[in-house]
Amino acid sequence: MTSHQEVKSRPIVGTITGLVGLVILLFSMAASISLGAADIKLGTVWNSLLSFNPNELQHQIIHELRIPRALASAFVGAALAVSGAIMQGMTRNPLASPSIMGVSDGAAFAIAIVFAFIPGLSVLEIMSVSFLGAGLGALLVFSIAFAAKGTLSPVKLALAGVAVGALLDSISTGIAIHFNVAQDISFWFAGGLTGVTWAQVQWLIPAFFIGLLLALFISRSITILSLGDEVAIGLGQQTILIKTIATISVLLLTGAAVSVAGAVGFIGLIIPHVTRYIVGVDYRVVIPCSAIFGALLLVVADIGSRMVNPPFETPVGAITALVGVPFFLYLARQDRRGL
Amino acid sequence: MTKSQKIFFMLLPILILVTFLVSLNTGVIKIAPLDVLKTFIGYGTDQDELVLFSFRLPRMVLALLIGAGMAVAGAILQGVTRNDLADPGIIGINAGAGFAVVLYLYLVSGNAIEPNALTIYTMPIFALVGAGLAAFLIYLFAMKGGVVTPSRLILVGIGIAALFGACLIVIQLRMDPRDFMKATVWLTGSIWGANWTYVLSLLPWIVVLLPLAFYRARYLNVLNLGDSLATGLGTHVEKERRLMLFIAVALAGSSVSVGGGISFLGLIAPHIARKVVGPRHQFLLPAAALTGALLLLFSDYVSRVLIAPSSIPVGIVVAFLGAPYFIYLLIKTP
Repeated sequence: MTSHQEVKSRPIVGTITGLVGLVILLFSMAASISLGAADIKLGTVWNSLLSFNPNELQHQIIHELRIPRALASAFVGAALAVSGAIMQGMTRNPLASPSIMGVSDGAAFAIAIVFAFIPGLSVLEIMSVSFLGAGLGALLVFSIAFAAKGTLSPVKLALAGVAVGALLDSISTGIAIHFNVAQDISFWFAGGLTGVTWAQVQWLIPAFFIGLLLALFISRSITILSLGDEVAIGLGQQTILIKTIATISVLLLTGAAVSVAGAVGFIGLIIPHVTRYIVGVDYRVVIPCSAIFGALLLVVADIGSRMVNPPFETPVGAITALVGVPFFLYLARQDRRGL
Repeated sequence: MTKSQKIFFMLLPILILVTFLVSLNTGVIKIAPLDVLKTFIGYGTDQDELVLFSFRLPRMVLALLIGAGMAVAGAILQGVTRNDLADPGIIGINAGAGFAVVLYLYLVSGNAIEPNALTIYTMPIFALVGAGLAAFLIYLFAMKGGVVTPSRLILVGIGIAALFGACLIVIQLRMDPRDFMKATVWLTGSIWGANWTYVLSLLPWIVVLLPLAFYRARYLNVLNLGDSLATGLGTHVEKERRLMLFIAVALAGSSVSVGGGISFLGLIAPHIARKVVGPRHQFLLPAAALTGALLLLFSDYVSRVLIAPSSIPVGIVVAFLGAPYFIYLLIKTP
């Protein structure tokens, strides 16, 4: 499955790249707040933060539209990247990503039902529904993996995830085609970060931090898990407990991200690979660095989605792929592997 | 041959035959078995002859061919990459074909009202070109110093798949709703435009590539041991891998071009076959072919009969029928 050439950890490199990434991230967020359909000078942004004047239109735009959007793109990107890192480490499969836990398909399933049978819900209601759907998907996957005879092997977990995902996806596509709401659903999912509100950000940030703390709490165990179940059990690890905590973390992070921004694919799959290429395979370093790189990629992609074809927005997932794929292909050719 | 292998290889052809016969008799227009027989000998009514020979039979033959092609492509990919999650979809073959088809639909918008002859004949060609382009790009980027390692192939594959997927969604959201629907149905996987021309265009690929894959199956066993060991056993690792990959890509590309994105079939059919006949590829590949053919034929029958006249894409039925059984296998077998 994985080859262990050069499987080492580079904590110093990791810390430095993490800090550099964080600085660039802050700059990108500032750029995200000032760029858009109406360009606003950075000085104005600064002023609006220091002395907010509700009568000034630009201050209004900054506070009601730009800041929540910049925050949301950073936290969604970070959440997806961290849950991808957990998934890949836990299942030891380079193809694993948050969507493989049935989370994204579960959310889409719930949304399809809402669009077909209960039209006209508010944004917050749709969000809660998609969160429930995400939970349902993860619950199904996990109960199958638990019910399976023998050990809870990573391959089984991943395959159960793919099967549940395909099942939910087939039902929701069927509903979408039958009730003629396919394009509405695609718009919702590709909609990305358009019209993010403070209400959504207030949901997202606590969910992200709880998920991240859980992930950091078990990060050492994930490193050991990524060496193989036998090694982990041999070292006396509570693999079931670790996997349960990991799944709760993935569910929180992905569920929150999907319910705010729809299915922004690709970040959860690619960023963990990129991070491991740079900082090695110690998940105590991989998880925080993934968060920073994931946030950076989505903030930049979100700026791109507003700038490519104004005043229309290009689906942010597409920009993410266009920005990320060339870099990813370059790394894939470097053969510095390891999970 | 173990006992379970013998049972499997005797039972599956019988099941396929039974499904085939039942499927022939049923549909929106029911035709009694005796009338089917009469029609075959040439004594049937004109209507029966039209329904059977022009619509039902080509569609069923296509289902068999596509099912076998996808399943074997999946089995080879899982073997070569040594990854249980590999299927024709994940390495971007479907995304490439899908992108080409969606682009075509977008450019000649308005054909959605009735699939006219032009669309029916040109879409598969576009799909095949798209699949080929994806395969070429994957190979180009995964090749380094004349070597394509399995892990690099998989990683490059998911990158290329993401790239095509991104272009695909951008175009899809700009379509008018009717075209969008058509594209969605295609991407989900549907045997559209079933006529003898399609059968004839897919047949050579399957007839040439399946036996070739079966013939070279034992090399997959060796490749599974890992590169260094395989080289030590005197295998020309890179050459064999390239050939196997070429076979898989050609099978997947040609199947996708007439069957749309039924990638889930390519994932589960090999697994189901593996549970019964074991991991040795000389048994696994034919078993996967039979499993895929049966699954798609049966799904096509269900989509024509149970949910008629609503036209649910057959890919949805495959997932709906296949996933629960697959999950059951996961739970049951250690």
